[in-house]
Amino acid sequence: MTSLPSETTGKKLGLVIDLDTCVGCHACVVNCKEWNTGGYGAPLSDLDAYGADPVGSWLNRIHTFEVTPDDAPAQIVHFPKSCLHCDNAPCVTVCPTGASYKRGEDGIVLVDESMCIGCGLCAWACPYGAREMDPVENVMKKCTLCVDRIYNDNLPEEDQIPACVRTCPAEARHFGDLGDPNSDISKLVEERGGIDLMPEQGTKPVNKYLPPRPKTRPVAEPEPKRSKTLDAKGFLGWIDKTLEKL
Amino acid sequence: MHPAISVIFFTVTSGAGFGFLALIGLGVPLPADGIGAFVAAVIAGGLCVAGLVSSTFHLGHPERAWRAFSQWRSSWLSREGVCAVFTLILFGLYALNWVFFGERNYLLGLLVTLGSLATVFTTAMIYAQLKTVPSWNTLLTPVCYMLFALGSGVLLAASFGFWQSSGGMTVKFIALFAIAIAWSAKFLWWQAATGNTLEGRGSTPETATGLGSIGKVRLLEKPHSGENYLTKEMVHQVGRKHAAKLRTLAVLFGAGVPILLCLLIFVSGMPSYVLALAFISWMLGLFAERWLFFAEAKHAVSLYY
Repeated sequence: MTSLPSETTGKKLGLVIDLDTCVGCHACVVNCKEWNTGGYGAPLSDLDAYGADPVGSWLNRIHTFEVTPDDAPAQIVHFPKSCLHCDNAPCVTVCPTGASYKRGEDGIVLVDESMCIGCGLCAWACPYGAREMDPVENVMKKCTLCVDRIYNDNLPEEDQIPACVRTCPAEARHFGDLGDPNSDISKLVEERGGIDLMPEQGTKPVNKYLPPRPKTRPVAEPEPKRSKTLDAKGFLGWIDKTLEKL
Repeated sequence: MHPAISVIFFTVTSGAGFGFLALIGLGVPLPADGIGAFVAAVIAGGLCVAGLVSSTFHLGHPERAWRAFSQWRSSWLSREGVCAVFTLILFGLYALNWVFFGERNYLLGLLVTLGSLATVFTTAMIYAQLKTVPSWNTLLTPVCYMLFALGSGVLLAASFGFWQSSGGMTVKFIALFAIAIAWSAKFLWWQAATGNTLEGRGSTPETATGLGSIGKVRLLEKPHSGENYLTKEMVHQVGRKHAAKLRTLAVLFGAGVPILLCLLIFVSGMPSYVLALAFISWMLGLFAERWLFFAEAKHAVSLYY
């Protein structure tokens, strides 16, 4: 079970995150925690939630980066990060118990919490920091791609998408089949030049990130002409300023 | 990486135990009487078991540890568990035969040796397999682990005083060479670690975020005000603070003191069991070395923090 699936349907469910439109509001983070604390597996716990040193498990977190081009002012990029459901998932093959697995039918990477011994090796194997040990249950938690929503016929159709995608007010998050080149989400990746995170790690992530669109740069304003008499002081200065005002 | 005491104790102690097992299996001269054999077998097995038990302390669910024997086809951690248990069972049989019948079975011993080497190799591969930690991700990691284990085994076996020489060389020099070779490998590892960095492997905050085509990337705000599992486990900083001092202590206790003791015994003609002191100092050095192995290791996720 711990090996990667040998037979797949070619379906690769995943997310596409638009770094151009993400406003960094953390709504996806909150809705992820809300849904997943009552859904698949053990609740996502918090310790000292209202105290001085809160810590807890989250499946999705938003970093904010400052990106500075060589020849322009810095820009801010909000950067949501969750499991990328890699094709070549190193977190799966290191698992000693078979708790960590990738599904052949849709490519989702999941943890069977009843088999997890909490050794933490899968979190070490992941370059993206997508896995966090739950501080109360002591089992590994990770994004399930809301596997308990997307196939859930008891929910209205518009809710059968991951919680983070459903809640995003900026429509910066998209869900679909990245294994199908004709899906809307694959076309979006194609059109916007979607990228892989840390491709050099060889993980072949399924989730893609859409880079921010190029900024329109302000045309450099010509240097204002300095008056040669600006520095004149005393009586001459007074004359200069007074005549200027006339 | 966070240097967990349970894992440091596990890798050093069970490394020493399996290193000793490997030498016992090879048939190095050790006490032949029941009590002497019992003491040697208990020390060897005890170190292995103490280390393995310690490793379960860092598990979230130690009661499920038996499940770790199932995925040996794909997981180094699972292979390590399987190898350790198989080797210890074989050694149990070997030790019973030795303690009660005074016989050291050659074939069984050879299997114990192979099993012990395989166990230490698989332990090291748990770390060496991780691309996310470039300083570990080298074949030099298992080489160091195995040479340190064998060094521990040589010092322990020689401490009993029965093993005087092999192949015409006195045991003090065998011990000295074992120490020197192990630390030479570690120096090579340290040397390699300066090149085996995230940047050396092409991973930077720019590739981590994919924003390198725009410009230089710097974290402006963490996703949360406090710490989290990732920052505690993989973006650990405290352990690196005294790295230079610890490295000196590791080499002093792990190599300097034991080598001096070997020479002292050779010159003064003191009995070999004084080498037990060398073993204790060596182990102290290895604890410092292993602390650094974890504390100095930089994980790819640190690029996001």
